[in-house]
Amino acid sequence: MHERADSPRDVPSMGIFKDRLTARIVAIGAISAILVAAFAIGESSVKRDAGSDRVTVIYWEKWTGDEAEQMRKVVDKFNKSQDRIFVKYLSISGVAQKTMLATAGGTPPDVSGIWQDQLCQFADANALMDLTDLARESGLNRDYYIHGYWDALNYRGRLWALPSTPASVALHVNPDLVPKEYATAETFPKTIEDLDELTKTASKKKADGSLEMAIFLPSNPGWWTWSWPGYFGGELVKDNRVVIDTPEALRSLTWYESYTKEFGSKEVQTFQSGFANFASPKDPFMDGKVATEINGVWKANYIRIYKPDLKWFAVPFPYPKDRPDLAGHSNLSQDILAIPRGAKNAKEAFEFIRFVQRQDVMEGLCTGHGKNSPLNKVSDHFFDNHPNKYIRLFDQLSRSPRSFSSPSIGIFPQMSSEINVAYQQVSTGQKSPKDALKDTQARLDVIWSTYQKQILADQAGDKP
Amino acid sequence: MNRHRDARVGILFAMPWILGFLIFLAYPLISSLYTSFTSYSVLRSPKWIGIDNYKELYNDEVFRGNLLNTLYYAVGAVPLSTAVAICLALLLNTKVKGMAVYRTLFFLPSLVPMVALGTLFLWVFNSDYGLLNSGLRLLGVSPPNWLGDPAWSKATLIMIAMWGCGQAMIIYLAGLQDVPKSLLEAAELDGAKPLSQLKNVILPMLSPVILFNVIMGIIGSLQVFTVPYVMFPGGAPARSTYFFAMYLYDNAFVYQRMGYASAMGWVMFAITLGLTMLSLKISEKYVHYEGG
Repeated sequence: MHERADSPRDVPSMGIFKDRLTARIVAIGAISAILVAAFAIGESSVKRDAGSDRVTVIYWEKWTGDEAEQMRKVVDKFNKSQDRIFVKYLSISGVAQKTMLATAGGTPPDVSGIWQDQLCQFADANALMDLTDLARESGLNRDYYIHGYWDALNYRGRLWALPSTPASVALHVNPDLVPKEYATAETFPKTIEDLDELTKTASKKKADGSLEMAIFLPSNPGWWTWSWPGYFGGELVKDNRVVIDTPEALRSLTWYESYTKEFGSKEVQTFQSGFANFASPKDPFMDGKVATEINGVWKANYIRIYKPDLKWFAVPFPYPKDRPDLAGHSNLSQDILAIPRGAKNAKEAFEFIRFVQRQDVMEGLCTGHGKNSPLNKVSDHFFDNHPNKYIRLFDQLSRSPRSFSSPSIGIFPQMSSEINVAYQQVSTGQKSPKDALKDTQARLDVIWSTYQKQILADQAGDKP
Repeated sequence: MNRHRDARVGILFAMPWILGFLIFLAYPLISSLYTSFTSYSVLRSPKWIGIDNYKELYNDEVFRGNLLNTLYYAVGAVPLSTAVAICLALLLNTKVKGMAVYRTLFFLPSLVPMVALGTLFLWVFNSDYGLLNSGLRLLGVSPPNWLGDPAWSKATLIMIAMWGCGQAMIIYLAGLQDVPKSLLEAAELDGAKPLSQLKNVILPMLSPVILFNVIMGIIGSLQVFTVPYVMFPGGAPARSTYFFAMYLYDNAFVYQRMGYASAMGWVMFAITLGLTMLSLKISEKYVHYEGG
């Protein structure tokens, strides 16, 4: 009987093959064991186990670093405070998009930490659970909160989220960089016109004419461009219409343009392109490139970390000379806690959110984040122990009837982007303020009309 | 019978790929085509709106601006990176000691992840502290504001595109090593100088590789996203760096307009297909195939 030449018996390294096979099996086994062990050790090191009899609430939050840790303390406190619910806290990048997609996929988290200016868009997209009844039943109402914050969380007559931490903004001033007669909160210019004049006279230029230090630049830090019309008394949405081409918006844009005219468009661009990230000691305010900066209540935290010796004070952003009624205005914003539609443990999720709203818990979290409290009642302990020495000012600003939040409209992301572009076009000399506003209005009209037709008409038939 | 059985076995072995193709390519393609005719905000069922998304695209000035920005970028980046990659490949094809090290060094930059690349170049092009402007100032040149001036922002991205030409360079290098020595020797015997050899022998022999890289470059340029997204949030300044893929992403994931984004995707597919066909048509005249 002939055997084929390629039969196993002819393989000269049969023994070795066997050894290799054994070696491979051992190697695979070893790798698997290492992976399993690594997984188990990794899990146990990060796991804060619910225990079999506790309902696990999945909570996605945007924060990282110290802000995330502050919320983790709240979560741990909640988990220890009772034995029925376990909140699993996960820090997630791109939390808004991921929440939306997970909700569409039917596996949303139970709690999602998004931003208040996304609330209407999410509510219109049917992505959030209506919290109106749950809040009422648990004693949370408008009077429990500072009205500006509560109102921004209500849309179409329903409540869609509750605050985690809020903010108001003010003008931060470095007294070492402004003339002595303006170097206190009491003597600093109160009107926009006086601030402009101070900027014109006290900003510094180098020998070659380039900017060395600007007293104020409206394009820095550039986070709330949409709010400038509001500082001149304008509104962006009126009677269910987008209204950007208004006298107030034109005035704000012309004022914005006056700064690039004063210093030169390219000069301002070049000067600002050298500004480093706000979370660094080279932040333009901390580095002395600008003497004043409109910024949120949290700025004190960054100053404390990166430039603890910096002298500064905060004042309300100035108002137009002919509109003294606008004095003490600010734009408000909030990080919010919402329950995505389809969350598996919505009731338990709300219980956690309700826990965060407790005065002591909320004040602890806001102190950790360096923010003001969104609650109407604030303890002296909060004010006395807050890391921001101007916390009372930020609290007052948040309570001011002149303060405003981003408009309650589902196209706010587009609106904000279009307004940003209009201001950039003007500051780079591409368009006049009038043309930029006219074009922005036309574009937003189309966007809003399409949104009404495609989204709002669709959700009219939804059950709350 | 055996043939049928072999076919079945063959299909069975190919099944993982076939399933992958159907699930991850064919279905999303067909689905996005359907979605492009709907209003779809992810959490609601798609609502048929006919060609409204395409009509809106036609009238969308931001979309037109994106297209122009993207074409500007492609027109700048593709020829420039092709020229740079060919030059590098020619240099790295010479017989110099330690050539393997040089080849590795020139290829390494193309391995840098895009996000890291964007962050790195934010510093390189910083008008105040940037390496580039510091160098220009030393030379007595008044440097531009690369990142903040709409006139320079796209040019900045085109220059950054050169950073990744190592991939193409490697392919050109492989192509250069396939150029028959006999042809070069014959040209040399006929008295052809190096430049003449390059023009009349090397480039024609390399032309199929150039065609491949140009087509891949066009496709890649039309989809440019990560670096501008990291370096120029929102397409700033004044949407001068707002590219097609960024607008598509914003529509899909920021504004929740999946239908509109799908329509954009199909328009881009048509443009890419058109440009590829055009490249192939033009190549008939200029590309030399050894066997053909």
